[in-house]
Order: sequence, then C-alpha cells, then structure tokens
Amino acid sequence: MAPAVRLRSAVALLGGFPVLAGADLEVQPGEVVLLQGANGAGKTSLLRTCAGLLAVVSGSAEVLGCDLTADRRAVRRRVGLLGHSTALYDDLTVEDNVRFAVRAAGAPTATVEPALVRLGLAGRLRSVAAGRLSAGQRRRTALAVLVARQPELWLLDEPHAGLDAEHRDLLDDLIRGAVAGGAAVVLASHERDRASALADRTLVMAGGQVVPDRRAPRSGRPEATSAPPEDASARLAGNFPSLDASEHLEAAHVA
Amino acid sequence: MTRTERSPTRTGTGNRTTRVLGVSALVASGAVVYFGLVSTPPDEVQGDLVRLIYIHPAVSTMAFVAFGITALASLLYLFPRTRSWRWDRLAGASGEVGVVFCALSLATGSIWGRPAWGVWWTWDARLTLTALLCALFVGYLALRRTGGGAESRAIRSAVAGVLFAAVVPIDHFATEWWRTLHQGDTLESLHPKIHGAQLWTMLLSFIAFALIYAWLMFHRTRLEQLESRLENEGLAYALAARRAEGGPDVDPSASSVSTAASPADAPAPAAAAAPASASATAPAGASASAPAGRQS
Amino acid sequence: MWRDAALMAGKDLRIEARSRVATNQVAPFAVIVLVLFGFALEPDRNFLQTAAPGLFWVAVLFCSVLAVQRSFAVEAADAAGDGLRMSGLDPAGIFLGKAAAVALELAALEALLAVGIVVFYSTSLTGVALLLATAAVATIGLAACGTLYGVLAAGLRVRETLLPLLILPVVAPVLIGATRAWEVALGQSLDDGWKWVTLLAVFAVVYVTLGVLAFGTLLEEA
Repeated sequence: MAPAVRLRSAVALLGGFPVLAGADLEVQPGEVVLLQGANGAGKTSLLRTCAGLLAVVSGSAEVLGCDLTADRRAVRRRVGLLGHSTALYDDLTVEDNVRFAVRAAGAPTATVEPALVRLGLAGRLRSVAAGRLSAGQRRRTALAVLVARQPELWLLDEPHAGLDAEHRDLLDDLIRGAVAGGAAVVLASHERDRASALADRTLVMAGGQVVPDRRAPRSGRPEATSAPPEDASARLAGNFPSLDASEHLEAAHVA
Repeated sequence: MTRTERSPTRTGTGNRTTRVLGVSALVASGAVVYFGLVSTPPDEVQGDLVRLIYIHPAVSTMAFVAFGITALASLLYLFPRTRSWRWDRLAGASGEVGVVFCALSLATGSIWGRPAWGVWWTWDARLTLTALLCALFVGYLALRRTGGGAESRAIRSAVAGVLFAAVVPIDHFATEWWRTLHQGDTLESLHPKIHGAQLWTMLLSFIAFALIYAWLMFHRTRLEQLESRLENEGLAYALAARRAEGGPDVDPSASSVSTAASPADAPAPAAAAAPASASATAPAGASASAPAGRQS
Repeated sequence: MWRDAALMAGKDLRIEARSRVATNQVAPFAVIVLVLFGFALEPDRNFLQTAAPGLFWVAVLFCSVLAVQRSFAVEAADAAGDGLRMSGLDPAGIFLGKAAAVALELAALEALLAVGIVVFYSTSLTGVALLLATAAVATIGLAACGTLYGVLAAGLRVRETLLPLLILPVVAPVLIGATRAWEVALGQSLDDGWKWVTLLAVFAVVYVTLGVLAFGTLLEEA
C-alpha cells in the first residue's frame, strides 16, 4: 500500500519565510503519528502542507497518491484538517455548517446525523448559530464535520485544546475509530501523555525540519520520550553563527 | 539582463545600454525643445498653444503603449510555459512609468484645454478614457504594493493587469458613444493642420518620449531585479537560520531521509506500542506492517 | 461546477437570511444615499428627475462594493478562507455561486432603489422592458466583476480600502451604459437604448468568463 504521506526535503514558504526547511515525513495508512516541538518549530506548517494549503517549493510531497508539487487541489476533498481556527460560518447553525461542509466535500449527507449525535450536538446545540458557541463547542462542531466527511487523512492541530475531559476521551475514541477504518492520522499536540498514548510514533520537529531518529517510546516510559523541545531551541543560540558559506550556497539553490 | 545577473557585485541600475539610451533621449529631447519652441512657427489659429502637440500626443501614446506592455507581460506571466519573474518585473515597471505618462497626458491636455475651451476639463471621449485608464492603473499599483509573498503578489497583479486590459475596449465604446452623442470629438477638432517642420518635430517628439520610456524601463526593471535578489538572498539566509533553529541534531543539508520514514523501520514503533493499549494499536499494528507490500 | 455553484449560492443566501446584513445595513444605506443626493442637488423636481438614472446607478455601485465586501467577510471570519479551499468545491462553482448570491441581493436592492427614485425624485417608470433588461445585464456584470475583485483583494490586510479603488474604475462603463439606457427608457434621451444593453451584456460575459477562468488561481493566493 502506498504511504498516506510522503514528504522528502520539503521546503515551504510563508510570506518569504521558510516555515518548512526540508522536512521529511512518511505516514502509512492506519497509523497515528504525533508531532512534537516548540512553538514555531513548523508543526502547523507541516500539517497545512500535507493538506495542500502551503506550496512545496522544493523537495517532493505526495499525499494519498497525489503529487502536491503538481496539483495541491485534488487531495483536499480527501483530507480533513482541524486547525487552530475552526472554519465555521458564524451565522449558520451547527447543523447547517456540518451539512454544508459535507455536501461541499461530496460526501453523502446521511453521515451528518450520526456525526452530530456522536459529538453530542444533536440536541439543543443543533440549531444554535456557530457564532454563539463556546470554543469547545466550536471544536466539537469542526470535529463533527471531520467525522461526517470521513477523510482518508486526518490532520489535527492541537485537537485536545479547549475540550473538557469527557470530550477529550471522545476525541481519542474518534481517532482510534478513524485509524481502525484505515485512515492515517497526524496530530500535533503539547499534551504529551494523552497524545502519545494514542500515537504509534512520535516525531520531534525543530527549525522547520523533522528531527531524524528520535522515535519516542510509548507513554509507559515517559522519562524516555524525546528530548523536550526547550532543549532544541536552547541550542539555537550556540549553533547559529557556525553556519559556513557552503550551507548558504546550498540554501540559495533552493531559493 | 542575464549578464548583469551573473555579476553579483554590480549593484547600480545603469549599464552601457542605459547610458546610450539616456544620452539619446537627452539629445532627442533637446532637439524637440529647440524645434518645438524656437524653430517651428506658431499656428495661425491657436498661436503658441499649438506647441503642445510636441508633448501631448506623444505622451498619451506612450501611456497607452506602457499599459499595453503591462497587460502583455501579465499575460505572459500567467501563461505557465512562459512564466518568469522577468514578466512580472516588466509589468510592474511599465505600469509605474505608464501612470506617470498618463498623468502628464492628462495635465498637458488640461493645459491645452484651458485656453482653447476656457475650461480645465472637458468630458471629451478620449480624455475620459485616459482618466479611466489612469484610475485603473493607480489601483493596479496599489495592489502591487500590498505586500504578502512575492509569488502571491505577482499572480494577483498579473490577473489584475489582464482584467484591466479586458475592460479597456468596453471603456472605449462606452466613452465614445457617450460623448460623441453630445458634442463630437473635441480634441480632434482642436488638432490643427500640421505640415512640414511641425510634422517632423512631432515625429521627433514621439521618438524622444519613446527613448525616455525605454530608459526609465531599463532602470526600473533593474531596480526590481535588485530588490528581488535582496529578497532571495534574505531567503537563503533565513533558510539556513531556520534549519539552525533545530540544533545540531538536524541535518542542515536536509538531503538524507529521516530514518523514521524508511519502510523497514515502520513496523517497529507499532510493535513496541502493542502492550500499551491493545484496543487502540491492534488495527494500527496490523496496517503499519503493510508497507512491505506497497507498490506505487 | 453547477452543483457547487448552487450549493455556494444557497449557503451565502442562507447566511444573509440569518444575519440580515444586506437587509438591515446595506438597504438603509442605499436609501440614505438617494436622500443625500436630494440634499446635495437642487431639490427642484425637474433637475432630480433628469438626474435620477445616474443617481440610481451610482447608489447601486456603492451597494455592490458593500455586498462584495460582505460576501468575502463571511469567508474571512475565523479562517473560513482556508475552509473554502479545503471544502473541495470547484473554484469556478464557488465564483458562480458567490456572484449569483451577490446578484440576487443587488436585484433586491435595485427594486428598493427604484421605489426610492419614484418617491423621492418623482420619476415615473416607463419603458419597463428596457429598464428590466438593462438592470439584469448590469447586475450580472457588477456581481461577476465585484466577486472577481473581491477574491483578488481577499486575504490582504488592506482589502476594505483597496476594494473600492479596484472595483469602481472598472465598473465605470456599467455606470455609463446603464445610466444612458435608463435615460432612453425614461424618455429623456433619443439614443438607442438596446445598444447600451448590448455593451452591458458584453461586459457581463467578459467578467463571468474571466471569473470562471481566474477565480481558482486567485483563491489559492487569498
């Protein structure tokens, strides 16, 4: 089976800044990969690149069999991205939001109702405008869209943020269910214990790259998890001036 | 252009071509000034006012030519096979120079109109069209200055350049039908009978302003080129600095593939994960061992 | 493409039905513009009657800028712009749907403004066929052009100020054409009104075509 995600030395720019500076990532279907790293390490950018939102200007990127360097649009219908913001229309009700997103993605609308029930949105909240929801309720609505759309690749950016304990457990169940259905999941999270209990692998990001060979063992041995991201950023100061001219040249080729 | 790009130490915007152009433009302008103000006679009807034909027609024509070049370069940028930064720079530079010529055209037209018709502005079809075009391209320049990523800006501006060009024929008919309905083409009626030395001087003025346009364009595109090189060098530096953020563990060349991504290793973490929570990892472990059989 | 267009138009109109921004803000604004023209100009019946077609279409132009701003404001809130890209909808369908929703809102506003010029400027609406044909093609042109420039400026920090600067000079021929055609319809001019309708139709066709072609490229940069 082809990998769900395969990035090789992917460079992505945001306003001229290289948010990804040669990232490598390979995710198989049915696998949960956890991304860790300090703020600004490139986790969100990696997820957005996998969703086809950021252009890969150098290196190669293939998601669900689509070459993102050639066409970033084709893959989007099959990918579900849950970002910091929830991409809901404030004036539409919870149900209308989910229904619109599902129909836009070309998925059958029969999945809407079970998804609302699953996320506990089938009651009073169904007909509340999204603009009047709390942060956690918005997130649940966005998750309901994901559940109803049944994407082949789930990209979750801090999915636990803003959810109460009950719905965090529900989210974990949803992720396990998606993986059982053959989907691949990449999630970025600072909740190390909860997220690594879910993940098959943990990767650490720093400086727009995935740090190689830093597979974290399972949550059973938390002392052995990958180096805290603070360490990586602390080393920045010492390392930066030592860059030699050849690196500049190498980087210039990319530009 | 390619030659100057190869010598990274050169930072001026001039070269031999621009110097030749500059000197020719200067000589031609001097000749236009001499012939236009001294040598040619005043018109029988309009008197000295007629001397504006040595500026106004040439300037308006160059404004239209400049906008045409912007539209053409925008189209070439959008067309995938010819996409090049050169077209983006050319479109931007030509738009800027065009707005200057357009403003000059409106000003000289106004100066001509004041003594001729007693008003600063007349709703003549061609003047109205020129004013509309000027407004369109002021918007175009505003769009070019909005920042954002270089490529994003280039695509937006190129689309805008083509869109503006598409509306110009419609503008032409709208202004033409609108004004000729009422009063006929007033500028046309203003054009005096020209002959001999006047004709030659007018032709010379076209050459002079075309040279000035070309000279300005060379300098402006060169300046854009230097600006984008500055950005690119900044990017190379930013890329190196970005990789350094990761510390010594990150391979700065980014050429090797992360070991975690190699297929041989893929089943390992899943296998290690098995004891932790059996319900979650059983399906994951099963499918993670699949990569051995992946084809495409 | 058509399915996506219908979905998009339905969504935008549903948002309008729920939020009532066009009804509660743009429509009163349009009426106020008409009244302000009355203050600014000689409140002489004949003069206002003569100027009515032009004033009507200037008011429509202002409203079209507001309608387009609103159409993209609902997408920009809380990163729904990303949502639009991730939705999997055909960009040409998004363009047609958004333009159709803007056109329907503008048509409703035009109906209101028509009542406005009858009441405030004592205009008697004659030549109804020409009036309606002009309004139809002009509205489609304005909506298509506005939607295209709306996405061109979407995502920029300065879009509120940039959008009028981009749209208003471009729709100048619509103002000229629609005003002349209405003057003919209202019996103020002996020009050929249908010639202007043809020009407006060309404008509409050009911008609908360009929008279908260019919207996807611009949406990626938004």
